[in-house]
Amino acid sequence: MAVPSAVPSTRRLYRRRDGRLVAGVAAGLSEHLGIDVVLLRIAFVASIVLGGLGVLLYAAFWVVVPQGGDDAPSHDRSGARVQLVGFAALGAAMLLLAQLLGFGAALLWPAAATITGAALLWRQADESSRNRWRTVAERQRAALSGARGRTAVRYIGGILLVLTGMGTFLATQDAFPLARRAFLPVLVATLGIVVVVGPWLLRYWREATEERTARIREHERVELAGRIHDSMLQTLTLIQRRADDPEEVRRLVRHSERELRGWLYRTAQPAASLRAMVAAACAQVEDEYDVTINLVMVGEHPATTDVEPVVQAMREAAVNAAKHSGVREISIYGEVTASELTIFVRDRGKGFKPDAVPEDRFGVRESVVARMERNGGTATIRSSRRNGTEVRLSLPLRTTAAV
Amino acid sequence: MGRTRVVLVDDHSLVRSGVRSELGDRLDIVGEAADVAEAVACIKETAPDVVLLDVHLPSGTGDAVIQAVHDDLPDTRFLALSVSDAPDDVIRVIRAGARGYVTKSISGEELAAAVVRVAAGDAVFSPRLAGFVLDAFTSDVVVAPEPSELDVLTPREREVLQLIARGYTYREAAEELFLSVKTIETHVSAVLRKLQLSNRRELTRWASERRLLP
Repeated sequence: MAVPSAVPSTRRLYRRRDGRLVAGVAAGLSEHLGIDVVLLRIAFVASIVLGGLGVLLYAAFWVVVPQGGDDAPSHDRSGARVQLVGFAALGAAMLLLAQLLGFGAALLWPAAATITGAALLWRQADESSRNRWRTVAERQRAALSGARGRTAVRYIGGILLVLTGMGTFLATQDAFPLARRAFLPVLVATLGIVVVVGPWLLRYWREATEERTARIREHERVELAGRIHDSMLQTLTLIQRRADDPEEVRRLVRHSERELRGWLYRTAQPAASLRAMVAAACAQVEDEYDVTINLVMVGEHPATTDVEPVVQAMREAAVNAAKHSGVREISIYGEVTASELTIFVRDRGKGFKPDAVPEDRFGVRESVVARMERNGGTATIRSSRRNGTEVRLSLPLRTTAAV
Repeated sequence: MGRTRVVLVDDHSLVRSGVRSELGDRLDIVGEAADVAEAVACIKETAPDVVLLDVHLPSGTGDAVIQAVHDDLPDTRFLALSVSDAPDDVIRVIRAGARGYVTKSISGEELAAAVVRVAAGDAVFSPRLAGFVLDAFTSDVVVAPEPSELDVLTPREREVLQLIARGYTYREAAEELFLSVKTIETHVSAVLRKLQLSNRRELTRWASERRLLP
């Protein structure tokens, strides 16, 4: 599935990750051979019941055939439940087979336990190989959600099941004395293998880890380079081209700075917060009217419909300041207390007389003052030739809404 | 009293030459340094009135410079100058003993005024720093088990900080509250002291979780 299907001769066999019941063997085979997956599954089950060849075949495929990549990740939980049914069906078939062959209960339960445990362990191995394809962020999220704990439980459960199965088998076959006599030679042999193969395995494991770390680093470097290219390099190129247009250059620089800051000092603030709303409105005014807004916010509030008119009124006040004050710098200060939201929009411009607003500054009366009053708030304007203009917007908040 | 003697510490020579050309005719720039070791040596040699200190340096952070020279030169004052909006940077350098924090977008005239103010022993708060302090001291999350007077702002201090956050200069804030500029300076210095000495131990952790950027 990682290979284009238009070239059948080079198509390789993979186990499917999505749409699988047990380990994706049947689904992978079906894709590879072009045979309906249901037919294949029936063939597997039939061969299991009729002599056990299917188990061996399936297990062999599971071990030998690699797992497909993450082309079409399917994260639905129902899929996992369907897989459980697959396992149950497999187990039932095994029990049936054992009974047909006349092994009786003595063999049945140990075998069932061993096979279930082995299946658990193998599936976990699949899971961890898939982990390599995940990005660091996904892995962190998985770690946070307790996936690590669940993995450990699965490993331990699988090992316990296998051991129990083997132990019970030995016990029912009255083979314990034999096993005790065989224990020492087996232990010595195992230790010998560990001593011989151990260092090589360890080195292999270390190399694999190093390689993975290097790959993650490279991935992050590429991401960083992409980020710098997108925001900084593009802007620098545009600035050189538009060097004769100071207004456009300022706009580009502000935009780029905002983007970079947003990325560097990434905040955990939700998108639907008052702060995000106010910041977005300010960014829009900065871009449209070529002004710099110094924004300071204290406290936080969810972006509910009752604070929305205040942000709109703030935007209008800032637009007015940008258009009429004659200065290119605006200060905005917002404060959320338990009972009130207050926003100040201030410029050090030439000021105006609120009572003698000419027709073209209808915006102040309608979109600032009237809008606030309609929504149960107030807007007061102080303006003088010496100190510029300050608009104070205020809205009472229900105490429960504040955070 | 002669002109205020200043040392510039910033790892970018472009920034240093920019600040030098803006302040050069108002203040006496006696030295420049690009990293922590250079800065410590330069400050000890020249004993300036004020050190303009970048928060981030290649071999460490600004607070390392303050700690290294503070015992030898108790009269040298520090003003942090940074592009960083991260509260953990701000809080670290302020708690190390800087008398103020301004961003690099400040105009040359305002910066010169801020340096003179710091040299006189006053504190300098940018609107963002004022907003940050209000946020930190309002938040219920960080109230110490036994709040002392260092852990809360007086209503007057709160008013002054709110005006600074609104973009008011000290003079404008004084007019607004019918106070003298000197009184405003006293209030701001008191807030700075609280910021430096408050036993809100959670302050630093809180700062690292929040961002000055609204």
